[in-house]
Amino acid sequence: MTRLGSADELFAARADLAAAADGKKRVLVCSTGCLAIGARDIEAAFREGIAEAGLDEEVEVVATGCHGLCAMAPVVVVEPDDVMYGRVRPKFVPDVIAKTVQGGEIVSRLTYGRDEASAHPRDIPFFEHQTKRVLHNVGRVDPQRIEDAIAHGAYGSVAKMLSGMQPDEVIDEVRTSAIRGRGGGGFPVWRKWESCKGYAADERYLICNADEGDPGAFMDRALLEGDPHGVIEGMIIAAFAVGSTKGYVYVRAEYPIAVRHVQLAIEQAREWGLLGEDILGSGFGFDIEVREGAGAFVCGEASALVASIEGRRGTPRPKPPRMTEQGLFGMPTNINNVETFANIPMIIAEGGAVYAQSGTEGSKGTKIFALAGQVKNTGLVEVPMGATIRDIVFGVGGGIPRGREFKAVQMGGPSGGCVPAAHLDLPIDYDSLREVGAIMGSGGMIVMDETTCMVDIARYFISFCANESCGACAPCRLGNVRLEQILDRICEGQGTEADLDTLEQLADVVRSTTLCGLGQTAPNPVLSTMEYFRDEYLAHVVDKTCPAGVCKALVPPEPALAGSEA
Amino acid sequence: MAIATAPDTTTPTITLTIDGRQVSAADGDTVLEAALSLGIDIPRLCYDPRLTPVPACRMCYVEVEGGREPVTACTTKVAEGMVVHTETDEIAAMRKSVLELILGDHRVSCPTCDKNGDCALMDYAYRYRADQFAFGAYQPPPAVPNFSTGNEAIAFDPQLCITCARCVRICDELVMASALTLTGRAAEARVSTPFELPLNETSCVLCGMCISTCPTGAMYERGAVGQGQCKDLESVRTVCPYCGVGCVLELNVNRQTNRVVRVTSPVGAVPNDGNLCVKGKFGFEFVHSPERLTTPLIKENGEFREAGWDEALELTGRRLRELRAEHGPDGIGFLSSCRCTNEENYLLQKMARTAGATNNIDQCATTCHAPSVAGLATSFGSGAMTNSIAEIKDVDTMFIIGSNPTEAHPIIGLEMKKARRRGAKMIVCDPRRTWVAEHADIHIQHKPGTDNMLINALMRHILDEGLHDPEFIASRCEDFEAFEANLEGFSVEEAAEVCDVDADLIRRAAEMYAQGEPSGIYYTLGITEHTSGTENVMNLANLAMLTGQIGKPSSGVNPLRGQNNVQGGCDMGAMHMSFPGYQKVVDEDVRLKFTEAWKVEMPTNKGGRIPDMVEAADEGSLRGLYVFGEDPATSEPNQAKVIASLEKLDFMAVQEIFMTETAKLADVVLPATTFAEKDGTFTNTERRVQRVRKAIDPPGQAKPDWEILSLVSTAMGHPMSYANAGEIFDEMASLTPSYGGMSYERIDEVGLQWPCPTPDHPGTRFLHEGRFTRGLGSFQQISFRPAAELPDEEYPYILSTGRTLYNYNIGNMTQQVRAIRQKQGRNFVEMHEQDAAGLGVADGDDVTVATRRGELTVRARVGQRTRPGALWMPFHFVDEPTNRITNDAFDNITRTAEYKVCAARVTKAAAPSRYGAAELS
Repeated sequence: MTRLGSADELFAARADLAAAADGKKRVLVCSTGCLAIGARDIEAAFREGIAEAGLDEEVEVVATGCHGLCAMAPVVVVEPDDVMYGRVRPKFVPDVIAKTVQGGEIVSRLTYGRDEASAHPRDIPFFEHQTKRVLHNVGRVDPQRIEDAIAHGAYGSVAKMLSGMQPDEVIDEVRTSAIRGRGGGGFPVWRKWESCKGYAADERYLICNADEGDPGAFMDRALLEGDPHGVIEGMIIAAFAVGSTKGYVYVRAEYPIAVRHVQLAIEQAREWGLLGEDILGSGFGFDIEVREGAGAFVCGEASALVASIEGRRGTPRPKPPRMTEQGLFGMPTNINNVETFANIPMIIAEGGAVYAQSGTEGSKGTKIFALAGQVKNTGLVEVPMGATIRDIVFGVGGGIPRGREFKAVQMGGPSGGCVPAAHLDLPIDYDSLREVGAIMGSGGMIVMDETTCMVDIARYFISFCANESCGACAPCRLGNVRLEQILDRICEGQGTEADLDTLEQLADVVRSTTLCGLGQTAPNPVLSTMEYFRDEYLAHVVDKTCPAGVCKALVPPEPALAGSEA
Repeated sequence: MAIATAPDTTTPTITLTIDGRQVSAADGDTVLEAALSLGIDIPRLCYDPRLTPVPACRMCYVEVEGGREPVTACTTKVAEGMVVHTETDEIAAMRKSVLELILGDHRVSCPTCDKNGDCALMDYAYRYRADQFAFGAYQPPPAVPNFSTGNEAIAFDPQLCITCARCVRICDELVMASALTLTGRAAEARVSTPFELPLNETSCVLCGMCISTCPTGAMYERGAVGQGQCKDLESVRTVCPYCGVGCVLELNVNRQTNRVVRVTSPVGAVPNDGNLCVKGKFGFEFVHSPERLTTPLIKENGEFREAGWDEALELTGRRLRELRAEHGPDGIGFLSSCRCTNEENYLLQKMARTAGATNNIDQCATTCHAPSVAGLATSFGSGAMTNSIAEIKDVDTMFIIGSNPTEAHPIIGLEMKKARRRGAKMIVCDPRRTWVAEHADIHIQHKPGTDNMLINALMRHILDEGLHDPEFIASRCEDFEAFEANLEGFSVEEAAEVCDVDADLIRRAAEMYAQGEPSGIYYTLGITEHTSGTENVMNLANLAMLTGQIGKPSSGVNPLRGQNNVQGGCDMGAMHMSFPGYQKVVDEDVRLKFTEAWKVEMPTNKGGRIPDMVEAADEGSLRGLYVFGEDPATSEPNQAKVIASLEKLDFMAVQEIFMTETAKLADVVLPATTFAEKDGTFTNTERRVQRVRKAIDPPGQAKPDWEILSLVSTAMGHPMSYANAGEIFDEMASLTPSYGGMSYERIDEVGLQWPCPTPDHPGTRFLHEGRFTRGLGSFQQISFRPAAELPDEEYPYILSTGRTLYNYNIGNMTQQVRAIRQKQGRNFVEMHEQDAAGLGVADGDDVTVATRRGELTVRARVGQRTRPGALWMPFHFVDEPTNRITNDAFDNITRTAEYKVCAARVTKAAAPSRYGAAELS
């Protein structure tokens, strides 16, 4: 352990560490998401096999974060040749060691296409259509060793910043980059920072919102698990810009690995002089504390999050005053999402102008999506803003399995909406999604095909919100439950056409009268499905059929009926 | 009925238009406040003006022209030129839907609901024709049991709860008790207590503020359930009969049963803004107690028999007349009652001075705050709280000494909490760790009885550091040099040793107080109930004058008076040395004035205080005593001695509502009325004269006290006849300059603070602005005199006594209240855990506390509230009377007893207390 006393010392340390690692073979085992499917045994098998083969000195086994292609889990990458294997079992490990690690050959049956041609990520469409910038180090570095992170460039931007940049210059770069908040709202990041900095106060707080709660979303989890130093680095830069000395990472307790990795990373950064007083000898001090959430979705909302950190019930409060004016403990507080912070080092490193070259007019940079549902390549993907839904679903995602037809994609989690096939070529950015009734949200993307019942989907999301309402404001607490009850009734074949009117009326009441974003957006899945798939609703209430064949209480769809009659 | 509001101190600067009407509002006001000021009733279910708005019910949406979408009126601040519409079609539709959602989550049981008639939900449902089934059918949550089950004060019905969380917020934000919380999320969110504990096992202080803010019938008084629906109750506005804060109450009366069903308080009322404590909210059950006296009683052969009024009055009048004739003016005495009205106190002293031709009159101020009256009169010229209750919230630094406001004056405690939340600093000097002590910036936990050492040290340090106010001293005060010379003999270090506190704390406290902008002193009986009580008070006056912290808003010396009308009792001249308005008996012009007014020569005898009368009775010089609403046999120290003395009297008449210990010794007992059964006025601690109104008829043959007093006076040979209490008030006001401008009309809604000399005078918010009542403030030289009885080997502990939150004085009212008995029905002694450990006493064990006067076996409360070596006991329990063991040593000037210090011994009780262990558990 070395406490770094200056930016130069960091650069020197990076050079040393990189040199030491240079040319070393590495076996990267995804040890986060893939844990669920046996990654620990695979890691152990590699360590054992490498030791038995006497390769300890030249080969390193690294437990990394997520590589993204979760459909192939568990995933292993062998460096330096960058050979990617999936569906690895411990029994295959000796083969991989003998052939690939030692022999430089490909084990074909473990590659994406079970052939040599798709042995490298660059050959896999899933990766080919992505632009991994924020996720660059996720899956590449050992998230539990700051040395590895530094060797891969971590804290370079902090060093650059502390070598002469002023807080205003940092904010200027971020303004130039035009990056918008990745938590869902899409608020210009620089504006929040400047606002926070502008309020006179004895203390300003910085909070990293890692209370990722959308069903199926795991972008933030992957970042914290796979590259915690990237997030911490972004926080240090933000703290310097807004003038904060104390930060919090508010992370859901349901992410034990993320909690452990970020905690460890903070401790290591402190030991290396990258957190705490006098960072890199600059005189600037900033430290971070981890606070675990207790499982409330609504605590992702800034004011509820702040209440939770303060030890109070996580309930949103009306704004203004905004958090940047009166946030944590009444002090100006800057809250950004994990992915936002993870973007920041890049902006400082390459400059805001370069960053702003990617993306669309109003939405710059890349966006990470958690791709799930009826799509071949489920997993974590990063694409430039402006990529179309088709690019992601059919390019990266490889399309719909079993030749089924694409029906819709649910975007933005419970607050989002369902985008139908008609909008497949919509370039994704904050504004375009809003126009079609969805939102960027934090980046959840659930692909649905003809076997998905849109009424059932609406019911699922409204049920989620009904359960996650904080219970403070009446229309959210009560309205979502009523919406759920009506949808239940429709799915059970008890619905009437009048119910559709009530649904619309009530959805509108909830949307327009609730206090915070949770309630205001909760009816979106209902409203967007009703807009794009009204026929399906009518089928439920008039014909008493469920076209997708999902709602058990209803008659099966037409084709099946026809078949049975024949 | 119209609600009286506090005078608005903020100037309206913003003009806006609401529903086509222009209104001025202050910067920072909300649209809802502005609309309400116009009488525009924007529907709202989660709003309580006492609380920070949390726009949870989503009912108060309004449209602001130019705004993107409707906004909640409770959180939207007014802006210049704003145009607001409160009831557009869109808003009304929105509101109706939200209301239907809320109504659909409420068991609509109006026909059987007690709250029917006072339910905001019901009113709005009717107004918007809301359909409870609009969005589905209601599924009630389980009703019982819950945290309120079995609680005698508060009943919570979750089926009526609309989860607006007002109860939780008021408990948390305003009361700062945090006994209630929301549990669960989403539709499962419910009001509960931490860990669903029964209320009495939580930090609940039974103030019932949850009930006060509940918009439905979910939170309700247990005792009022089934006693009449709100729509059938008549509300009578009056004043609380307990402590000196003088909270405005509404007695909710069921005319069919002639019963007070529940007590409420209007939000906005001065001085309590609708806030009440446990006593004000629940402490009225005594009114309907079967133990009330309902007929005159005459003692024959040692036993009471029922008698007619004529017979009892004739006997009383004749005996007092005879004893007066036989033994002179000091042969008879009169004790007045600070529990009763100004009119009655006026009449009693008038009766004593006319029919009785004696100045031998006293009342229980002698037992508590006589040192304040005497001390502040000496230093400043008038003996009363210098500031107003409403000014507390704006103070910068509170200096609280010998006072436990959150228990003894809970609504003043709330104002202090308000100040604290605003960021005011708080210094607390108290031998006990009270709520304010625990929440103070500085807590000086000095030894009981060392106050003057402490105050002198504070002033010594202020002078040493040059933190005094030479200009104020020079221009406003006199006798400073002698005072300064006297302080030469004191040092912070010596005080630290004598008081047994850290010297640095004394220095920091001195600096914080002197530098407050401004600072206010608040004290109670911890200062006055000492053999040096008056000196203690004068020394606090010294401290205020030294630093110029007096004569300003929020800044001065504030004795918090202990009884509902102890200020009035003193004001009315129910004292030996003064006529109403502190006009001195020794002043011949004054005597002449009253001689002319009352058409009888005024007596010139000196008269005495309660202890003087007890001693005179013992010696045989006092032969007859008229006791009006007092119980010296319970409230005076060294009970055995008091009883023995009273037994020696030739004749004693007691005018009472209950058969008190004193009444038991009487020859005649006259059945009197409670505050709920008569008209009159009380003067609260901030000198505010407020109307008391008759709500119900007295039981049996009981009569309003003013009527009884008139009859007794007449029977004694000095006829009095008043048609109503107002006539008495007018007569009193005409003779009392400080009340001269007051009338029932003027104080109909909001009381007036004396001095109020003329009919156009607005009353006086704070005293001594620019000039002290006596001219120049008088610095007094105060030395340190130790308490009369100090601990020794035989009696190694210091025992202090005092009031608890739940009970009141001799307990004969509060112990009639089921909810209070349930919470605190037995006497106890607080002791420090170190001492307890040394004695092998555990919390809840029975211990015997003994002094040179006697002993009592009570339950030990072991903890850290008292200092090691100190004991503390309440005095509310007539069956376990703490005054059996207190010391009859008295203040050298006012003869107030040293209840705060006597030497005591504690032993683990050999036998269980009279209640037995099983009953205690």
